[in-house]
Amino acid sequence: MTEKLKFRDPKIAKKIIARTKSLASGYHKFCHVCGTHEWTITHYGLRTLLPENIDVIAGPGCPVCILPAAEIDEAIWLALNGVTIVTFGDVIRVPGSESSLQEAKASGGDIRIVYSERDAVKIARREPSKDFVFLAIGFETTVPTTAVEILNKPPKNLTFLVSHRLIPPAMELLLGIGDLNIDGFIAPGHVSTIIGMQPYEIFPKAYYMPTVIAGFEPLDVLFAIYMLLKQIKNGEAKVENEYTRSVTRLGNIRAQKIVEKVFKVVDGHWRGLGRLPLSALAFREAFEKYDARRKYNVKIKSSRDLLPGCQCHLIMIGKIVPTECPLYMKICTPQAPKGACMVSNEGTCRIWAKHNFVVKIT
Amino acid sequence: MCLAIPAEVLEIKGNTAKVDCGKGVLIDVNIMLVDTQVGEYVLVHAGYALHVIDRKAAEETLQMWEEILNNE
Repeated sequence: MTEKLKFRDPKIAKKIIARTKSLASGYHKFCHVCGTHEWTITHYGLRTLLPENIDVIAGPGCPVCILPAAEIDEAIWLALNGVTIVTFGDVIRVPGSESSLQEAKASGGDIRIVYSERDAVKIARREPSKDFVFLAIGFETTVPTTAVEILNKPPKNLTFLVSHRLIPPAMELLLGIGDLNIDGFIAPGHVSTIIGMQPYEIFPKAYYMPTVIAGFEPLDVLFAIYMLLKQIKNGEAKVENEYTRSVTRLGNIRAQKIVEKVFKVVDGHWRGLGRLPLSALAFREAFEKYDARRKYNVKIKSSRDLLPGCQCHLIMIGKIVPTECPLYMKICTPQAPKGACMVSNEGTCRIWAKHNFVVKIT
Repeated sequence: MCLAIPAEVLEIKGNTAKVDCGKGVLIDVNIMLVDTQVGEYVLVHAGYALHVIDRKAAEETLQMWEEILNNE
């Protein structure tokens, strides 16, 4: 059996679940903050396998979903004013205040989809007479890829609309919402590959919150839940690492240094969640010439994050599940999404819709 | 979005490596964020290698699970 399949071995899963059942005495609610974790949990039906007194909720772990309408509006404004927007595929369907980048494309805007920021650089080099802006989104996992391209001196006709966000401040926001009653965090594996374990230390120290970094195979998530229960049973709260094959204590220091060189940490708006302190990135002075907002003097006066009725802001903090939203699978579907959570493959609504969930799964 | 997949490094030229993502899917990735060599497995995210996967840790994880689950 290859290693990948071993991490999906039903025999081991059964053993972990049996242990979980014997460990879980009261009701416990754990929160993950990663769209890929939601996919693993939903796709493999992990919620149905866990005992009834264990709930796993999804936090704001989808970078496309939390991208505020104002920042989509900025890209649309640029696209309709002669600049070519380059970005990742999911982003072009995300609703701005009035429309999406896809609709801007239909209105004549030049919008290109790429798999990697390297492709944005290639396209800009290939078409030197055009102006390009890369709409750079993503959490800590993706940030170093932007920073590397900046340090590599991209062509003059390419600037960046930086919409990166940081995960630990969003986790802290959740702990401030008292009635969520979270008992532990399943921390995101690939964000942690970059940042390591230290940035999560605040959760056990200041909030006495057990935190386990987990990988993305079904057994990774199940074992992380087992580790959280074990901490609770032992009366402990600490940061543990289940995903040792891809996460080290210190993380990717080279990547951290590159990011630190290019960006400074600033406050940032999250769709429907408001302004979170020290949760976004902005160019340091030496690199401001790559800032599209500065180059084109982009100014968006007002914006609207949510359509009337849309519950994305509550779904993104795990307060409700998609099936509790009045728009879910009625007027908001994967084919015609109204809220950001239905757009991205990592959005909770889209993941649930793709797996045909019409009732709450427990 | 933070999706990343393991891939085997086949060839290195400067800051770029040709990697095998499985089933013969070969892509070029940027390796400026890691120290890697041919034959190692890297974690690839959006065209960049983010980490050299610790194969020993992968095996140990499975072993450790077996032990914990069998002994408790």
